[in-house]
Amino acid sequence: MTGPVTGIETPIRLDYRYTPGEAQSAFLRGMERGKILGRRCPRCEKVYVPPRGGCPMCGVEFTDEVPVADTGTLVTFAVVNVNFANRAIELPYVSGEVIFDGADTTSMVLLQGAAVDEVRMGMRVKAHWKPREEWEPSFANIDYVEPIDEPDADYESYREHV
Amino acid sequence: MTDTQVLSAPHFMEFTYTRSTGPVIGAFLTGLRDRKVLGARDSDGRVVVPPPEYDAATAAATDATALVEVGAAGVVTSWSWNSTPRLGQPFDRPFAWVLVQLDGADTSLLHALDVPDAGAVRTGMRVRVRWAGETVGDIHDIACFEAAS
Repeated sequence: MTGPVTGIETPIRLDYRYTPGEAQSAFLRGMERGKILGRRCPRCEKVYVPPRGGCPMCGVEFTDEVPVADTGTLVTFAVVNVNFANRAIELPYVSGEVIFDGADTTSMVLLQGAAVDEVRMGMRVKAHWKPREEWEPSFANIDYVEPIDEPDADYESYREHV
Repeated sequence: MTDTQVLSAPHFMEFTYTRSTGPVIGAFLTGLRDRKVLGARDSDGRVVVPPPEYDAATAAATDATALVEVGAAGVVTSWSWNSTPRLGQPFDRPFAWVLVQLDGADTSLLHALDVPDAGAVRTGMRVRVRWAGETVGDIHDIACFEAAS
């Protein structure tokens, strides 16, 4: 380097210890076994994935643990054209919200296996899991979701999640 | 409901910012890369280190081509003991933050001083720059200050 200095790197790092609590710990233990576990509110009967300790709408403790499917419906999405640091995904890609079958909340996931101009609301997708020997208590065990050969979901079936 | 042991794990967030230095700070950092400490002479004739981009009294822009070199040694004008260093600080053991007035400068520069304990620091002590093994044009090119006997 010989020219004058014109820029510097000024990284900022925040170190935390994250304790997810009892409900999300159960969810993460499920992920370790390749299962997506939610919890159902005894009052409104909505299934939260990942679960909290209680229902944020009804204010009551969850009682039932409910496995949900790793297939679901893409309810909304964004096409990402600008990469951010350390994310080695070919641009452009789609980041979307999926409602897994049996759940009443959406999860943010990466979508692969479809050209970005073919992605649409209501598209049916399935989780693509990392190899079993790499499973950890982490939602990152699901690498991404990819389209499956099913007709698009009816808008009315997911409209409250858009 | 299953009885689950609550998990806990390290979690960090990192923002890999870069920033442009502008001509004056850029010249100061270029000086550090060459193992020289540069300051700016202000409208009162005082030498300010590191060089400000604008004059404190007149607000005139500093001429980045007219910086002056000061010494790589100087005097501690004030200090504070850091008994519990944190990640990313210059040392992973207790050390002193010091304000150093370098020879030829009229202001003090904040940096770290490598001393064994707080008893080894005093205002007025002579210290000198310990340069990093490799200088790249960053404030860390000054690894720290050390006592100059």
